[in-house]
Amino acid sequence: MARKLLLEHDDVPGIETFEVYRKLGGYRSVEKALKTMSPEQIVEEVQKSGLRGRGGAGFPTGMKWSFLAKPEGVPRYLLCNADESEPGTFKDRYLMEKIPHKLIEGMIVSSFALGANLSFIYIRGEYMWVLEILEKAIAEAYANGFLGKNILGSGYDLDLRVAPGGGAYICGEETALIESLEGKRGNPRMKPPFPAVKGLWGCPTVVNNVETIAAVVPIINDGGEEYAKIGLGKSTGTKLISASGNLVRPGVYEIEMGMTVEEFIYGDDWCRGIANGKKMKACIPGGSSVPILPAHLITKTAAGEDRLMTYESLSDGGFATGSMLGSGGFIVFDEDQCIVRNTWTFARFYAHESCGQCSPCREGTGWMEKVLNRLEHGQGNMRDIDLLAEINKKIEGNTICPLGDAAAWPVAAAIRHFREEFEWHVTNREESQTRNYGLLKAPVVG
Amino acid sequence: MVKVTIDDVQIEVEPGTTILNAARQIGGDVVPPAMCFYSKLPGTGGKCRTCLVEVAAGSEKDPRPMPKLMASCSTQVMDGMIVKNKTSERVQEGRGGVVEFLLINHPLDCPVCDQAGECNLQDLGFQHGGAKTRYEEERRTYDPIDIGNKIKLHMNRCILCYRCVHVANQLTDSRVHGVLNRGEHAEISTYIENAIENDFSGNMIDVCPVGALTDKTFRFKSRVWFLKPMDVSCECTKCSGKAVAWMFGDEIYRVTARKDKYGEVEDQDGKTGWICNDCRFEKKDPAKWSIEGPRKINRHSVISQGHYQSPRGNSQKKIN
Repeated sequence: MARKLLLEHDDVPGIETFEVYRKLGGYRSVEKALKTMSPEQIVEEVQKSGLRGRGGAGFPTGMKWSFLAKPEGVPRYLLCNADESEPGTFKDRYLMEKIPHKLIEGMIVSSFALGANLSFIYIRGEYMWVLEILEKAIAEAYANGFLGKNILGSGYDLDLRVAPGGGAYICGEETALIESLEGKRGNPRMKPPFPAVKGLWGCPTVVNNVETIAAVVPIINDGGEEYAKIGLGKSTGTKLISASGNLVRPGVYEIEMGMTVEEFIYGDDWCRGIANGKKMKACIPGGSSVPILPAHLITKTAAGEDRLMTYESLSDGGFATGSMLGSGGFIVFDEDQCIVRNTWTFARFYAHESCGQCSPCREGTGWMEKVLNRLEHGQGNMRDIDLLAEINKKIEGNTICPLGDAAAWPVAAAIRHFREEFEWHVTNREESQTRNYGLLKAPVVG
Repeated sequence: MVKVTIDDVQIEVEPGTTILNAARQIGGDVVPPAMCFYSKLPGTGGKCRTCLVEVAAGSEKDPRPMPKLMASCSTQVMDGMIVKNKTSERVQEGRGGVVEFLLINHPLDCPVCDQAGECNLQDLGFQHGGAKTRYEEERRTYDPIDIGNKIKLHMNRCILCYRCVHVANQLTDSRVHGVLNRGEHAEISTYIENAIENDFSGNMIDVCPVGALTDKTFRFKSRVWFLKPMDVSCECTKCSGKAVAWMFGDEIYRVTARKDKYGEVEDQDGKTGWICNDCRFEKKDPAKWSIEGPRKINRHSVISQGHYQSPRGNSQKKIN
């Protein structure tokens, strides 16, 4: 097994308690940061580490932190985005459930680096039991002097709160998250101004993913340069991957970036191949919003090189033959799965989760869902396939927030790589209701 | 002052001006259409995406083009920025897409809609819309509801511009209506059958770009182009008292605020000339108003078709 930085000791009983976590070396980074480092030095270490945002976009965290405006007399806030709602992604939940103190430790160090005295963990409403775990852990941290006034005698004060959302996917978008936290309808804001200038209650704010904040802990413990040695090129460190679908051993894995996709799917330490002796048909490497890839393009790039688990390698070939690492929601489909049905499921999700604020997303996602619904249920026409591709183009890039893109990409990619299957649904309307494409005589699943 | 070029026309504007406002200072057909932005209501804009423009050069310092089309109503100009609106094919295509999206669920009930003739969506559809719809699904429908005793809401026609929400936030003491639900099921409605009762709530009708909010004292009385708009004023303790009376003969059919060529309420005495509900709904007696004279209407507008001459005079001329 590879090195574990985030999920270290996740198998130790009682790791969710302060006592066990502390005994195994927890909260060292808080001591180191508050006693020996200045906020600027921490930001510098994070910049050196090359850590990139783990929520999906992969924006360099150190750079994001350095953009934070620091006007005099105005409070600054750090928000942790635990609104993990992307279909296929469940890594943050595992981390918070198992090792809640890792996140709290990261929050203390990051808040200190950014000069925030009040920080929030915004957690999705469906994770109520995780919220209880976190609140218990926070109470322990308060009791042991790691939160509250004058932490470890350093003179630094920090309050940490957990705020539950109402379970809307859109509130994972950082400005919608801020609106929701302010008690308003979770509509994304127009940018600029960016949250780094005007965020929560009009004050400079940084919003980071759970995994990003947890990754600050090993960066401070071992130093940014040490962290940057793990991984490959601009994809440094370790990454949590939530593997799901038709795999022998799905689950949350911590990988060192740079391993091959093939090894991850078929390796004995990892997913151990496709379940039930089937063959892989397709794979979505980064959560439902990134383009789907057929089996031959996921293990090798179009140029015939091995595809690696890095930001760069997975997006090699652009959208024509590549995809994205995204949030690490690794979904694998075996040969029995119907791509049209799956695409419709995703479209239904995005149509349901669109906030309805801007017209291309509000109308476009609903339209795509209806057309895909018809195609899947044997009511489609050939022109519908082209229509879908056109609706896609008109949503993509024209919306306020990235939800429009997230809704458009999977549909575009499914048509790009599996057009035959869509056409088969049109030419074999009745047959498509009794069996899946590629299957000869098996009952339709689901 | 910063220099900005929009469709090959250069203009100097104050720093912090948005692209749309800079284009309005140039005027003419370089002005992008706007369905949700309303310059008199801070915070509006960015939602409808009809004002998308291409930024071919970000600024003098950083002349890289912006990768996405930008909403001109909420993007500020930079010195040396080059913007393409009508000269950009990408913009025309993107805008066409937005108009198609706005129209897929919008009913084709212009013949019975009171907004016809002064509807922003009609103009937009005429300029950028397709001749046929590609939407084969069932349209989203709602029953018309009363939101307050003088305002009717036709949710079928609404394009969710949020302007009326901003009116309620900014002009009235408390907002009792807003957007419910989300995605394509989002709708404007009042808080659990609440009625909107406020002296300035009628302005929601004036800011509505489509026929979703209509004046119940005027509904189905007449097509707007059969009426004569007259600038009128009165002594009012609540508002500026400067309004437009839409007359047929000596009767006042409806009263609205005075609007400029972008459909926005004009400033009166240095303040936005919103009018109160008393002036709008109650004063239908010409004796209560002093008439200043006929209102100037753009000659391309359908409203200017039959005003200042009698229809009979016109037709006689044509025959001769």
